[in-house]
Amino acid sequence: MCGIVGLFCKSDAIADHLGDHLSRMLVQMNDRGPDSAGVAVYRDPAPAGSCKLTLQHEDPGYDFETLAAGLARAFGGEADVTRRATHAVLVVAADAADAQAYVRAHHPEVRVMSVGSVIEIYKETGLPSAFAERFSLGDIRGTHALGHTRMATESRVTTLGSHPFSTGLDVCLVHNGSLSNHNDLRRKLRREGIEFHTENDTEVAAGYLTWRLREGDSLHDALMHCLDDLDGFYTFAIGTADGFAVFRDPIACKPAVMAETDDWVAMSSEFRAIAVLPGAENARIWEPAPATPYIWEGARV
Amino acid sequence: MAVDIAAAEIVDLARTPLRDLNQRLHDLAGTADGPRSWRIVNPSGMHNIACGLDADVDVVIEGHAGYYCAGMNKLARVRVTGNAGQGLAENMMSGRVTVDGNASQAAGATAHGGLIHIRGDASARCGISLKGAAIVVEGSVGHMSAFMAQTGVIIVLGDAGEALGDSMYETHIYVRGTAAGLGADVVEKELRDFHRGEVGGLLADAGITGVDVSDLRRYGSARQLYNFKIDNTY
Repeated sequence: MCGIVGLFCKSDAIADHLGDHLSRMLVQMNDRGPDSAGVAVYRDPAPAGSCKLTLQHEDPGYDFETLAAGLARAFGGEADVTRRATHAVLVVAADAADAQAYVRAHHPEVRVMSVGSVIEIYKETGLPSAFAERFSLGDIRGTHALGHTRMATESRVTTLGSHPFSTGLDVCLVHNGSLSNHNDLRRKLRREGIEFHTENDTEVAAGYLTWRLREGDSLHDALMHCLDDLDGFYTFAIGTADGFAVFRDPIACKPAVMAETDDWVAMSSEFRAIAVLPGAENARIWEPAPATPYIWEGARV
Repeated sequence: MAVDIAAAEIVDLARTPLRDLNQRLHDLAGTADGPRSWRIVNPSGMHNIACGLDADVDVVIEGHAGYYCAGMNKLARVRVTGNAGQGLAENMMSGRVTVDGNASQAAGATAHGGLIHIRGDASARCGISLKGAAIVVEGSVGHMSAFMAQTGVIIVLGDAGEALGDSMYETHIYVRGTAAGLGADVVEKELRDFHRGEVGGLLADAGITGVDVSDLRRYGSARQLYNFKIDNTY
């Protein structure tokens, strides 16, 4: 089944309580995805010349400070650590690709969840409502966010098999559906230099978007190319540095509902997750058409 | 369908398990005992509310319903004051289901009888495989509505999405706005007096006034897919 939620703030009043809104939306999707949960939030841009990494280790007591000190020695400046349950956000005075390569080379025990300047990804196995509480989502301020609750069909229930999947700097993907040609596509994308860390089908879709964007596609064109190359069914929500997008396959059997007010744009698998937002009763509500990209940009990051 | 609110049996789904509610509603079948009028509060988008009813009762769901609300309904009049999720009144046999807001995908799928009245929009595949019920949508319907619809009536006062009526049989489809595209083997047909009467009667039944039935267009099957043709094979 799986549940998806997305929220794009158009007013400070919503942005100030982004995490609280996101958390309540996610909990409404508990039944759709009790196996694991995850969110991507866009907030607190790293200073120019710095990047932001979200790292995870299964031991909440893991010594991220020593890892950060190593990054600071390697790249200069100071590496700032902010912990959230099993995750830590590090702001490093380095190029994003270099910092990520350093962590993968020197700390293979640590998982890199996201890389960019504004994105933070948190995800773990377990019930979404427990996740929201454990990660104190309620206190997060930011411009936009995506969330996912997973009912696993395609691969194991693990932290890395949870959504959102990072698809490059500040870009991430959540997915409801399943892809049937992911093994073949993964092999082709590996030849293009795209790295994969799981057997998960959604990670392949994320890698596919990374590849298309790297080849110069706009987000709109990258999504339209999915129609040619992805075999399966999907409702995607994609987070970008300054916005989010929603895209459904040509049959569109996986649910999606969208709503917009003067204060926010929201999407979800079911209206019940949108009904918890302030002003939902007067929102413009519609279901996105198949094979049609819906893109919101210009978040005031 | 005036409901005596004061006398209604109130069930709060924030306190009462949904299975208990549905069981109480099922227990009304074949007996005159028990409340004839029900108010369901705090539905909060739950799935399968008021499914499988088989009694001449009124049920008002105050708020949003999730998937399969009033599925398999027989005799009962069910109203949702908010929005309804996928599969509204799926396989309904008789009675009436009204939604004040929007209905999600596959509203009225395979429904055999009764009236489904959606005051807002219905989304994709509204009336898929319809088997005899009447569906009245005051707003618009999404893509592939009336897909393989067999008999019954679908009236859309707004617009219809792509592939309307794809591979349909003998359902009567009426659209007041525009259809983004017609499905395989669907053609526009003449709106005759019989059809004006059919639309007028159903709109009156749904309590909808101010519609000039001559503004609607009728769509039906060209009946070119009914028999095997060697040219259609791949």
